[in-house]
Amino acid sequence: MKKDAKLVKNALGRRVPTVVNGIEQTPYKGVGRFEPTGRKQAPPVRSCRDYPADGDKRVASLEEALKKCGLRDGMVISSHHHFRNGDRVALRVLETAAKMGAKDLMWFPSASFPCHEPVIELMDKGVVHHIEGSMNGPLGRYCSHGKMRGMGVLRSHGGRWQAIQDGEVKIDIAIIAAPTADPFGNCDGSHGPSACGSLGFALADSIYAENVIVVTDNLVPFPCIPWQIQGNNVDYVVEVDSVGDPSKIVSGTTVITRSPDRQRIARQVAQMLRDCGIMREGFSFQAGAGGIALAFVTYLSAMMREAGIKARFVRGGSTKYLVEMLETGLTDYILDGQTFDLDGVRSIAEDPRHVPTSPFTSYNFHGKGNFASMVDAVVLGATEVDVDFNANVNTHSDGLLLHGIGGWQNCLTAGCTILAVPSFRDRIPVIVDQVTTVTGPGELIDVIATERGIAINPRRQDLLDALAGSDLPIRPIEEIKAEVEGFCGGPPQRARFTDKPVAVIKWVDGTVIDTVFQVEED
Amino acid sequence: MKRRRKSGDSSTGSAGRRGERVRSDIWVEVEPKAKGGIQLELASRVEPYYGDSIRRQVAAGMSTLGVDNARVAIEDAGALPFVIAARLEAAVRAAGHQPAAPLLPERTVEPAPSDRDRLRRSRLYLPGNEPKFFINAGLHGPDAVILDLEDSVAPDAKTDARLLVRNALRTVDFHGAERMVRINQLPLGFDDLAEIVPQHPELILIPKVERPDQVREVDAIIAEALGGSERPLWLMPILESALGIEHAFDIARASDRVAALTIGLEDYSADIGVPRSADGIESMYARRRTINAAKAARVQAIDSVYSDVDNVEGLESWCLASKQIGFEGMGCLHPRQIEVIHAAYKPTEPEIEKALRIVAAFERAEAEGLAVVSLGSKMIDPPVVKQAQRLVAQARELGVISEDESATEAEK
Repeated sequence: MKKDAKLVKNALGRRVPTVVNGIEQTPYKGVGRFEPTGRKQAPPVRSCRDYPADGDKRVASLEEALKKCGLRDGMVISSHHHFRNGDRVALRVLETAAKMGAKDLMWFPSASFPCHEPVIELMDKGVVHHIEGSMNGPLGRYCSHGKMRGMGVLRSHGGRWQAIQDGEVKIDIAIIAAPTADPFGNCDGSHGPSACGSLGFALADSIYAENVIVVTDNLVPFPCIPWQIQGNNVDYVVEVDSVGDPSKIVSGTTVITRSPDRQRIARQVAQMLRDCGIMREGFSFQAGAGGIALAFVTYLSAMMREAGIKARFVRGGSTKYLVEMLETGLTDYILDGQTFDLDGVRSIAEDPRHVPTSPFTSYNFHGKGNFASMVDAVVLGATEVDVDFNANVNTHSDGLLLHGIGGWQNCLTAGCTILAVPSFRDRIPVIVDQVTTVTGPGELIDVIATERGIAINPRRQDLLDALAGSDLPIRPIEEIKAEVEGFCGGPPQRARFTDKPVAVIKWVDGTVIDTVFQVEED
Repeated sequence: MKRRRKSGDSSTGSAGRRGERVRSDIWVEVEPKAKGGIQLELASRVEPYYGDSIRRQVAAGMSTLGVDNARVAIEDAGALPFVIAARLEAAVRAAGHQPAAPLLPERTVEPAPSDRDRLRRSRLYLPGNEPKFFINAGLHGPDAVILDLEDSVAPDAKTDARLLVRNALRTVDFHGAERMVRINQLPLGFDDLAEIVPQHPELILIPKVERPDQVREVDAIIAEALGGSERPLWLMPILESALGIEHAFDIARASDRVAALTIGLEDYSADIGVPRSADGIESMYARRRTINAAKAARVQAIDSVYSDVDNVEGLESWCLASKQIGFEGMGCLHPRQIEVIHAAYKPTEPEIEKALRIVAAFERAEAEGLAVVSLGSKMIDPPVVKQAQRLVAQARELGVISEDESATEAEK
């Protein structure tokens, strides 16, 4: 932190730093209160005379590509998580940069996974200065214990686009790992041995970065059809043996929860949408790929079939369950942000009604509208929620940074936002007095559905009225909390923190909604 | 697994379970010492949340149990307080120490006693030594839960399970499900009764009953353990052998506490020396004999379980056949079976309509002071009236018809 940086209280009363990694910040002001002005960031002017007329942008190696991009200390290197835990590209790029002697890089992934754990070593060696992006598992612990030199910055998928677009993050070198590409740099995610579906996360980087390198293990002659990334934005193309481990890129089959408790939550959420009238002809919804969300999709599908109702579109995270809806006529379209399993990948490749989307179309705060707020209902998860309906997806109650935001924050603008969560995990209550970290403000969260009751935000009297005659177990959130604390042995201890911020959570508009402080060691 | 081992002159005892896959349980090892107070070695997955609470509970618990000096090693996977108390007491006992007092958690639940004839369509089996299933079991809406101390519990874990179930009866809210406990075969079952009966479960299942005197023995022990308490505690003998089936009627009327009679098909099939088939043809006689004996003794007849939990269609057709021959409910091995069973044993629309007409005719006859109930040109016998009343009451309880819905409406 700069010398003049200090902690101030934002509109939610959370203490946030005024300066993060040398950049001045705006504290969160409330939903829709921050009005950004000015003009968007633009990449430098380039011209076709600087690129091969025959369109062949291949270079022999990653090292050569990085050299041609002018790799030097302190640069920002971006990568994307469409290969999830099977990614072999991001680490290879950072390790190549290390070999070339680069220091103090900022790694800017759209998300990190356990396969990226070796980045810890690169941070210890000084190659990587800090990470701005989701930090899961070991990387989250590293950051939570205050070992990262810079501050972590967590953004939603839409927020990442906004930060790039506004020039808050200037990407020096964007690395786009592509399941299929041509020598010109056109990329497609839906074909090839490492097919992963949509490449939407990489789109912003391809448009705004100073330099763009495409890395592929499946080079096809021009043209690569379809192209999700336009070669006209690409500087270099590097061929490698393998971009990832296909078995970890998409799951063969996504697995529905077998837990009867979680199935109960899923069934009741589906019933709620039916009983309150959200499930009607031409409606839309979004559900992720978590076990409860998948079970929800199957229950809702059955109810829609029974009632003869068809959705206009569903948003994913696509899985075989959404694909089944498309193929059995329960929805007209899938608008797909990322593709989770083999059925999803097959469908996006073959079915024109299964459409890849990007954080720009779906989530971007500076777009002239976005899809997320047009969705009728969304079913999400959380690690913790509180009696004011604020929710946390980033840390656990022990204060450790463990998950990214993903599209979670962006989805909160749906017509009805439902968090489907167990009321406790082992002994740990999920409903608390005040969440450890606010990822999303309670005013945007309408329903918290647990296995022992459904709590509806008192701000949504319309929902309460619509469900007045329903046999669902609708209960005040305080009552569910008290019941769980009853058998858990009282409320849990609060985590103890030092005063040192280790990461900030950005709201969708780029303001700082909360801070993750270093946990106190015993 | 050895529960107790000698090391030097002190004896070490352990209880509970540990390991990567264990959840909501705890492993406790107690090694009594000559001096040094309680030395706690605590490793808990919920340390940041409940570490202090666990330390307080162990300190207070060891004091109640009368252990002043011991090494206590704990590996905790998020066990709830009633589980911790049970494991602590079991480990102390396994170490050869007779507790000064049992470590009973404060009683937070005491449901009303159940009626002899209450609905018993579904009873959900809960392995008695698997605490993670207890807390949410009632949410799935079974008519009853069975806390099982018998076949689902390993021989070396009998004490662990018994204390766990005892504590669960004091603290776990089963959301209106009747609380049944399946004890072990006698004589081990006597130890179970000693711990369980004072905690007031609503019903005891006695396994592998072959002779009426086994029921009478259990009855006598219960009467003694309950002292002067008037609270009813029902019995459901399980017939699991050819001999048990032969004595079915005498077993069903061996005690006033017997509220239902059931059959265990796994053991029965083994006893007659044939594998269980999908349609259950090998047990048809035994099941019908069970039903007849139960009805003759005026107790409920309850079917066995359907083991293939993923086969919903199979379960459905089994239930419908089971209801048709006279069973009033069956066991569940998984919560997903409950809904299917309830739907199958639910009275059907035509059954309800007919029953409502009969009840209305009876009420009319009563009002008019007539001795004979008739519906149209048909005379209705008193037992038919009684059955119709029971069916209407059941339909009301199930919410199939509303309280004020009457026969006159049904007649329209």
